[in-house]
Amino acid sequence: MRLCELAIPELSTMLAKGECSSVDITRSVYERIREVDDKIHAYLWSNEEYALSQAGEADRLRKAGEKLNPLLGIPVGLKDIFLTKGVPTTCGSKILEKFVPPFDSTVVSRLKEKGVVITGKLNMDEFAMGSTTEGSAFGPTRNPWGLEYIPGGSSGGSAAAVSSDMCIASLGTDTGGSIRQPAACCGVAGIKPTYGRVSRFGIIAYASSLDQVGPFGKNVRDAAIMLEAIAGFDPKDSTSVKIDVPKYTDSLTGEVKGLKIGLPREYFVEGMDKEVADTVKAAARTLEKLGAQVIEVSLPHTEYCIATYYIIAPSEASSNLARYDGVRYGLRVDAQPNSLLSMYKATRDRGFSAEVRRRIIIGTYTLSAGYYDAYYLKAQKVRTLIRKDFEEAFKKCDVLITPVLPTHPYKLGTKINDPLEMYLSDIFTVSCNLAGLPGMVIPCGFNKDNLPVGMQLLASHFQEQKIFQTAYAYEQNTEWHKRKPKI
Amino acid sequence: MEYEAVIGLEVHAQLLTDSKLFCSCSTKFGAEPNTQTCPVCLGMPGVLPVLNKKAVEFAIRAALAMNCRIEDRSVFARKNYFYPDLPKGYQISMYERPFCVKGWLDIDLNGAKKRIGITRIHMEDDAGKLIHAGDFAQAQSSYVDLNRTGVPLLEIVSEPDIRSPEEASEYMRQLRNILVYIGVCDGNMQEGSLRCDANVSVRPRGREKFGTRAELKNMNSFRNIQRAIAYEIERQVKVCDSGGEVIQETRLWDDAAGKTIGMRGKEEAHDYRYFPDPDLIPIAVDAAWVTQVKDNLPELPGRKKDRFVKDYGIPEYDAALLTQDKLLADYFETVIKEGAPAKWVSNWIMTELLRELNAEEKSASECPITPGQLAALHRLIEKGTISHKIAKGVFTEMYKTGRDAEDLVKAQGLMQVSDDSEINKMIDDAVSENPKQLEQFLAGKDKLFGFFVGQVMKKSSGKANPGLVNKLLAQKLDQLKK
Repeated sequence: MRLCELAIPELSTMLAKGECSSVDITRSVYERIREVDDKIHAYLWSNEEYALSQAGEADRLRKAGEKLNPLLGIPVGLKDIFLTKGVPTTCGSKILEKFVPPFDSTVVSRLKEKGVVITGKLNMDEFAMGSTTEGSAFGPTRNPWGLEYIPGGSSGGSAAAVSSDMCIASLGTDTGGSIRQPAACCGVAGIKPTYGRVSRFGIIAYASSLDQVGPFGKNVRDAAIMLEAIAGFDPKDSTSVKIDVPKYTDSLTGEVKGLKIGLPREYFVEGMDKEVADTVKAAARTLEKLGAQVIEVSLPHTEYCIATYYIIAPSEASSNLARYDGVRYGLRVDAQPNSLLSMYKATRDRGFSAEVRRRIIIGTYTLSAGYYDAYYLKAQKVRTLIRKDFEEAFKKCDVLITPVLPTHPYKLGTKINDPLEMYLSDIFTVSCNLAGLPGMVIPCGFNKDNLPVGMQLLASHFQEQKIFQTAYAYEQNTEWHKRKPKI
Repeated sequence: MEYEAVIGLEVHAQLLTDSKLFCSCSTKFGAEPNTQTCPVCLGMPGVLPVLNKKAVEFAIRAALAMNCRIEDRSVFARKNYFYPDLPKGYQISMYERPFCVKGWLDIDLNGAKKRIGITRIHMEDDAGKLIHAGDFAQAQSSYVDLNRTGVPLLEIVSEPDIRSPEEASEYMRQLRNILVYIGVCDGNMQEGSLRCDANVSVRPRGREKFGTRAELKNMNSFRNIQRAIAYEIERQVKVCDSGGEVIQETRLWDDAAGKTIGMRGKEEAHDYRYFPDPDLIPIAVDAAWVTQVKDNLPELPGRKKDRFVKDYGIPEYDAALLTQDKLLADYFETVIKEGAPAKWVSNWIMTELLRELNAEEKSASECPITPGQLAALHRLIEKGTISHKIAKGVFTEMYKTGRDAEDLVKAQGLMQVSDDSEINKMIDDAVSENPKQLEQFLAGKDKLFGFFVGQVMKKSSGKANPGLVNKLLAQKLDQLKK
């Protein structure tokens, strides 16, 4: 087995025993990148020298007995939404094509403190707006399990890179499913923690009240190790919460006896792919066999989730993206007549894709005087109802299990020109963000085309441990996570 | 028809915090452009605001000093618009849920008290500054200075309770005084750390419904506030009288032309798309904090006035005048600390010092004479080195030059003559040079005594010790009578 194929604990043990160095692992990862990234296009920026110098430093630290921790010397990829000092950060957009940040985001600093090796920056839908990674201004990423299929989005590069061993683990962000949906499409573990669990400082904002950072891993333990490293209060983010970070790996007991699992009725409905529904239900039965109790619950406001999400997210985005005006950084396009207004228009017209412009326009509309009450304010009220649905459900169970998307991964080009159809594919993932809950996806099967099927595990606020416990027990008793795509 | 003006003021006060409202950059005025900036106030991608606690404390102080009710929960909102001096593309302000509401402050206009309601006070961050290369209309390039971006402001909105330009400027004076008193704003209108917009409308006297208002901007002194509002009232009355209609618009005060000019165009079409800022959590000020701030609130003008009357034994009128400006009140107390008696200091400030300051429209902070220098002047009078009258001249010189009294007195030979023989010689001369007046005096015309005093003082160029002149002259004339 190649080093790049291994998970964090195995590599960690080998490093500790001196059986390999971080430089060896990094070389293996880069060898893999050279092998397959031409086909997959997960990386927007990578630099072997840059990575190897970090790996060398990690090896030096290990020899000196400093900073010893499971992530020391482990190659990790970053979605190109994380600000990285001195390394280009585009957010998948032309408007930031030449932008080089002067500082690191908090999560990147935390990873650097642990001595991880940053492999590079991973592809994404422009400004995280999309569910396919076809929305990147720099070309789509392809699914390692089937190159003509989408890897999911918006963190498609992060999921595909882990799935194809082009990094050991990675970070993504999730505003309406952007970690969980690609994790399902690429057959890896991905978790979006509770809103406020991880600092958003230095992450390019899409919709501030929904955005949250989370890791991708080759398995549940890797995801837990990664989350432990990045979670926790940050004085630079007023919405991050001062609650101690549990040792997530401690909840990986393999036990689910007595745990109550809810299947929300509204997430298994007519019109969705039956194979997907059946696969997820089968996973629930596996957990039942392991001693969990499975019950049916109801989340009655589910049908309003998409509409609510597609008002709140664009509203916030329309304001968050106002700063890309060509005045201080990023793209500037001069136009005639030589005026401020024509520069603004030309810059934003050329710099943003149609999808980004569409969401800015929707958001501008929903915040306008006269429409605010009918759209934004109403959406906020519905959001409260959606959160209450979950509060009720979590009185009856510990973890909810649902499908991730209503279909299997589809082929590139099928939905990108039909925004409404694409928005609808977020139906099972946006509620988690609207309610601020933690949500994880792990593989639970494969379809007839050998594409992965994922299941989503949701828990109450700051109850990531319960998700890890359930997901790990399932993983221990199944083999899905061990499969590797043939590229 | 007789009209009545309805005026409300919106005041922006720059807070005296060391750092900006949402980042730790310095707020110092006058630094090189763009040297007091960081990724947060530059609106870089990925940055987040963190509220400055000191700014909240200052807002609590203002709320308490202006008798407002602090809300249980106040919420920052984004005010969205594009402009190069606004890096984020939105200002962080407060909209539906301000920091505090329903306050008031009392103004005193020629002895008549009036209470002006305060609708709300909220916090917001300031924008940067544009510098145009040459004349604005022709400028080929404009430069952006973001040093001021993110500096904390308090917006203080009054009820439309003000009825005249005089009331407006008096309200502004009171407001400024309070803000300076509680140490949250330096009150400098010229530098723009205190700014005022006025909503002005007129209505036929007796009618309840408000007329259409114009918003006046660009008034950077008390005098300009008064002039601009007076002009605007007159303009609106003319419009109404000629059967026209006042339109709702923003008008700029043109100081040189002495009139307000409508800003035609898109200004009014703004839709700021306010919504709660998702990057900040609601502010909930706990009662203990408010109590703590209250206990440490500096003495407000009213209380200070009472104390001056009680502790220094000066008349109420004097105390009111001295406390109207905190810096003046501080000046007064410092001179006393330097050793001069309160009554003398109070008189001297109100007559001599304020005359000089008012002539130049200067405030106490710009006074060229230090409290120590003024106290030293008093010592010269007390010791008899100079007379009260000479002291006034010396004071004028001190004000002009900033030099010490003793220096000036020495340099100009203004020392009081207190030598008996020298004065007696001058008396002898005065008597012998005015035989006619002497004859009349000796015949019983007593009030000519003053005439002789004047003659002697004149001979001494005012430097003779007046007490001594009186005593010796009386002795001399008594002798002659005998």
